[in-house]
Amino acid sequence: MSTTTTQTSPADPSALDDRLFLARDNLQALIDLLVAQGHQVIGPKIDQGAIVYTEIQSVDELPRGWTDIQQPGQYRLEKRNDDAYFGFVVGPHSWKRYLFPPITTIAVADQTPQGWEMRGHPGPTPKYAFLGVRACELAAMRVQDRVFLEGPYVDPIYQSRREEAVIIAVNCTQAAATCFCTSMKTGPECQSGFDLALTETAGGFTVVIGSTRGRALAEQLPLRPAVAEEQAAARAGRERAEQQVTKQFDTTDIRDLLLKNLNHPHWADVAERCLSCTNCTMVCPTCFCSSVVDVGDLAGEHVERERRWDSCFNLDFSYMNGGVIRNDVRSRYRQWLTHKLASWIDQFGQSGCVGCGRCITWCPVGIDLTVEVAALRSETAV
Amino acid sequence: MIDTSHATVAPRPVGVNPWVPSTVRIQAIRPEITDVATYDLEFVDDEKGARFRFLPGQFNMLYLPGVGEVAISISGDPAQHGTLAHTIRKAGNVTAALAKLPVGATLGLRGPYGTSWPIETARGNDVILVAGGIGLAPLRPVVCDIVTNRSSYGRVSILHGARNPEGLLFPSEYEHWRANGIDFQTTVDRAADGWTGSVGVVTLLLDRLPLPNPAETVLFACGPEVMMHYTTKTAMGRNVDPGHIWLSTERNMACAIGLCGHCQFGPVFVCKEGPVFNYERIAPYLTIEGL
Ligand SMILES: Cc1cc2nc3c(=O)[nH]c(=O)nc-3n(C[C@H](O)[C@H](O)[C@H](O)COP(=O)(O)OP(=O)(O)OC[C@H]3O[C@@H](n4cnc5c(N)ncnc54)[C@H](O)[C@@H]3O)c2cc1C
Ligand code: SF4
Ligand code: SF4
Repeated sequence: MSTTTTQTSPADPSALDDRLFLARDNLQALIDLLVAQGHQVIGPKIDQGAIVYTEIQSVDELPRGWTDIQQPGQYRLEKRNDDAYFGFVVGPHSWKRYLFPPITTIAVADQTPQGWEMRGHPGPTPKYAFLGVRACELAAMRVQDRVFLEGPYVDPIYQSRREEAVIIAVNCTQAAATCFCTSMKTGPECQSGFDLALTETAGGFTVVIGSTRGRALAEQLPLRPAVAEEQAAARAGRERAEQQVTKQFDTTDIRDLLLKNLNHPHWADVAERCLSCTNCTMVCPTCFCSSVVDVGDLAGEHVERERRWDSCFNLDFSYMNGGVIRNDVRSRYRQWLTHKLASWIDQFGQSGCVGCGRCITWCPVGIDLTVEVAALRSETAV
Repeated sequence: MIDTSHATVAPRPVGVNPWVPSTVRIQAIRPEITDVATYDLEFVDDEKGARFRFLPGQFNMLYLPGVGEVAISISGDPAQHGTLAHTIRKAGNVTAALAKLPVGATLGLRGPYGTSWPIETARGNDVILVAGGIGLAPLRPVVCDIVTNRSSYGRVSILHGARNPEGLLFPSEYEHWRANGIDFQTTVDRAADGWTGSVGVVTLLLDRLPLPNPAETVLFACGPEVMMHYTTKTAMGRNVDPGHIWLSTERNMACAIGLCGHCQFGPVFVCKEGPVFNYERIAPYLTIEGL
């Protein structure tokens, strides 16, 4: 397919999902529409050698013609031999940094003549539009929804940001060596949880409407019916991604495998390699741990309570009574892995892992959790 | 038969945004023992104070702006409304700053949080409370209920251990408790001059305790984890049903509302599913080091 105007074949009626088409030249119209509606558009952009999620205003800021090559402990960008806007997988950022910001003020205290007065998070809620959300990332948002919205207490910061955020998903048309979404049943195709979902082809994007908000957006976009070739190209792209997911992760009985082997010698084996650097938890799109610190003015009369991302790999995370409970790397690595893959199921009814592979790529020593679990499995008498 | 099916629906905190503390004023401070004092707190907003209810074993997050926030159990009588007693040991930053506050000072309070001691299960049965040091504070609301409703309970024993005689908490109340038919026993790790009582760990008291109806005995324990571990072992060795043993656990907490992740203990969040757990729920994890 070269240009969109020459396509004349009628649309394949069985592929209802790819009925609409946004020409490549009209991608900017989507960004403009979101901006006109008052949204801050967050999308992929190259920064310091990685594709990160940051505010964008123009399609020219997208990583057009670039792809990411990922291996355990390795990430690098390479030029593609085409001009694809979304021809990469996932980088070190995830959308969680916008819904659950690395640093936020959660409450404020002021000294008044009547004593301390406390109130909630100040300031307006940012109205985001996320452009380029992958299937595993949609799954990660649903995992965090269960933590922040569906427990006994709702986090008002996450809630307000989540409600405002418009989600424009983009289906993967390729996969990295670190991806294992097919094992976690989260991808590579976006099934739900978006307003619009795009699949990139050479001439533009097939479009799926996923919500009433998405429908309203679609009505204002220069869309036209997709033709059969475009639909076939979109389908081929998605199938290519699925085929490229070669990493398999056997999660059979994983909850018991991990929680019934808490004293397994394999934990000490990983601990010899793990640096306890926190990278895996920082890049993980579902990790939700935080600490709260007080930041006061000089007079001590105005204090802000700041919530900051924390990690179970930090020594003082388990500080108590003058000591530390998880006092060695072995117990901290075990906390991360057993929480993510096992106790998460007890706590939230599903795995905390979506198979995005970030923890594998961004681990400085290339520890691959799927390999560690497989090793533990093979060393465990059944 | 002991009814363990009873699920306690714990009272929920007042206020909408779970991160925002309410202002409370220190109404009275009662020094207890070295480095421990009880603070009676009252809500500045009367209406909030009138609505506040808690169950024995629940805790609040007390907040000193500019210093930090700590989890503290409510040590008062759940049947009395108005002020909320918190018995606090000076441990570090926040508790030391708290110890310097005078009567009339204000601070923040969020709560009540967590599960409670299953009072309904205990009533009608024999009860053993085992408390190590400051661990008697979260059990005090249970003692208040026993004293008020003494006839609802069978035999009641409190076994309280401390490092030394000065570490025994609420000494002025022992006589009152004993007068209400409670078998109150103490032991210390290290005796001091003039100490004529028991010396040794609290499980020794449990070893010697007459247990006429182990099948109808409920045990609540709060204290250091090793103490709770040996208490549980001893009790089960004496045929107390593990399903009738309840423990109050402690973990670092930055939120108490299940959002910060700090208080995880294996698969449980201590703030949500605890701090009071049935022994059987956490038994597989109690002996795992560094969990
Ligand atoms: C459910 C629960 C109920 C408690 N009830 C009582 C009580 O009734 N009376 C009492 O004196 N103490 C109680 N504690 C312990 C009390 O929370 C700690 O002593 C207190 O947090 C120490 O804070 P600090 O700033 O003074 O000490 P630091 O050593 O300076 O601690 C710094 C921070 O670490 C964390 N931390 C340290 N120790 C603990 C701990 N043991 N538990 C949780 N977080 C900790 C806190 O966030 C604290 O602010 C309870 C703890 C929990 C979890
Ligand atoms: S893996 Fe660690 S940092 Fe991530 S959510 Fe679990 S406890 Fe928190
Ligand atoms: S597993 Fe890797 S990324 Fe995670 S803490 Fe250890 S060294 Fe860092």
